[in-house]
Amino acid sequence: MASESELNAGIEDGVRRRDFINIAAVSFAGVGAVAVVLPLLNQMNPSADVLALSTTEIDISAIQPGQAIKTSWRKQPVFVRNLVAKEIAEAKAVPLGDLRDPETIDQRTKPGKENWLITLGVCTHLGCVPLGAAEGENKGDFGGYFCPCHGSHYDTAARIRKGPAPKNLVVPPYEFNSDTVVTIG
Amino acid sequence: MSFPWAKPYEPTHPLMKWMDEKLPIPRLVYNATGPGYPVPRNLNYFWNFGVLAGAALMIQIITGIVLAMHYAANASVAFNSVEHIMRDVNAGWFIRYAHMNGASMFFIVVYLHIFRGLYYGSYKAPREMVWLLGVVIFLLMMATAFMGYVLPWGQMSFWGAQVITGFFSAIPIVGEPVREWLLGGFVPDNATLNRFFSLHYLLPFVILGVIILHIWALHIPGSSNPTGIEVKDEQDTVPFHPYYTAKDGFGVGIFLLIFVALTFFSPNALGHADNYIPANSLSTPAHIVPEWYFLPFYAILKAFTFNFLWIDAKLWGVIAMFGSIALLFFLPWLDSSPIKSSNYRPLYRIFFWILVVDVLLLGWCGMQPAEQPWVILSQLGAIYYFAHFLVILPIVSRIERPLPMPNSITEAVLAKHATDTSSASATA
Repeated sequence: MASESELNAGIEDGVRRRDFINIAAVSFAGVGAVAVVLPLLNQMNPSADVLALSTTEIDISAIQPGQAIKTSWRKQPVFVRNLVAKEIAEAKAVPLGDLRDPETIDQRTKPGKENWLITLGVCTHLGCVPLGAAEGENKGDFGGYFCPCHGSHYDTAARIRKGPAPKNLVVPPYEFNSDTVVTIG
Repeated sequence: MSFPWAKPYEPTHPLMKWMDEKLPIPRLVYNATGPGYPVPRNLNYFWNFGVLAGAALMIQIITGIVLAMHYAANASVAFNSVEHIMRDVNAGWFIRYAHMNGASMFFIVVYLHIFRGLYYGSYKAPREMVWLLGVVIFLLMMATAFMGYVLPWGQMSFWGAQVITGFFSAIPIVGEPVREWLLGGFVPDNATLNRFFSLHYLLPFVILGVIILHIWALHIPGSSNPTGIEVKDEQDTVPFHPYYTAKDGFGVGIFLLIFVALTFFSPNALGHADNYIPANSLSTPAHIVPEWYFLPFYAILKAFTFNFLWIDAKLWGVIAMFGSIALLFFLPWLDSSPIKSSNYRPLYRIFFWILVVDVLLLGWCGMQPAEQPWVILSQLGAIYYFAHFLVILPIVSRIERPLPMPNSITEAVLAKHATDTSSASATA
């Protein structure tokens, strides 16, 4: 066994060799632990094949004014709605100040195509699929969509008007390839 | 860890002596649930529910391990593999129905166990740690039950997963990335199902670990009792074995009778028919509700339909729902009355029963669609729930005049015995 004086030999300002080795070893083990935890957490993020499903092409030629269809993008439902003039007018008549998530219908549609309302069919509250896209479904108090899970009402521009949802239905990124084909994503 | 008069463990057989020197497990059992553990002599049947909860957990673990031998955690076959268990696997229907209803039985006994604790003040010093660990177990149970409900991959499984992981998207800024991280995608899918299966298998063993801590913490002061008066000497106690092994054994018998009656005669009474429809990510069931044991919390979530201050309705709902459980962690310090048992707390006792009714009302509202009058009833119920813990309890514990208390457990027991015999002789 080394005596106390031998252990302390060669030290200045009160720091022993052993203290340095201790701190260095424990720090290095800490860095190693963090380096191992990162991939263990990151493995839970969406994998490459899930991310690969990122664009969908839809043919909208068969959707008559006043009708809507349900399709899917990244496995999430998407509503494509062909608005009639009355619905557009209703959406325009609402003062922005009355909206929980203020957006005009022009901001939510493409220029010159304002009858095409394309949104995710995912309620911004807790993710149920709202009703109102299919014939005969409850469209809620504002003539757009109604989520039966917790009672959120969306208007004809799919903006939140009543109920617990915080945001308007999300408009996904999309482009018109032609007058009848849309690419989402 | 026990009273001084506890009977010491003295192995006589050479094999038991040998074992005691190498690995003293028999000693541990003897001192924890045997003659070496003195327990108050006056425990009533409400003190059975801890053991019943343990029995329910063991039933879940055993049936669950067996089910995992036949179940396939893949979104394309999960639903069919459950039907395969129900139709083809030998006794599979029985094991799955036992597991399904076993979860409900587990929650029933745990809720009774919790309300026992609330009535008799079991959360008070010196047993705060027992209570805190109990709340942890309750949270773990809820997580486990939720993930288990997702596994059959029916409509309720899928939409339950969608809604419950949606809670996390309420968190500002990081919410949506956190939700995608939890799901491993943008909607519940194969990645979600796989990880939920993995965790559903793991968490019951974590629960078992926390239960060991819960019992360890309990055995330091020993059990409370219906009078709330601490044990003073030997005549206040009886040995755990044979007195409470027998009483608990009787309780387990009644529990099993109810459990098998439910499993055999109405196995789907507590479930939802929609969960026998395979998951469909494009269509939400018309009426989506969680399992019955989550309904009061679900009603609190649904009660927030309006933005308030700078926080939106969605985040309020989620905060309130988690808050309603997190509140229980502070209970030992919100109730400052030194009197434990409600038998001697005339004012608190009234509010205890109002709370019971309030939780039942919230449960009822949780089942209803998001319409009036259910929304307003949920709102009133939620306000009362929080008021009970944050306003009523601190005030009541300050202004209440407790009833006269006996000096000891024995005095309480003998006084009761005396009135019983005198009234018996009076009628004779």
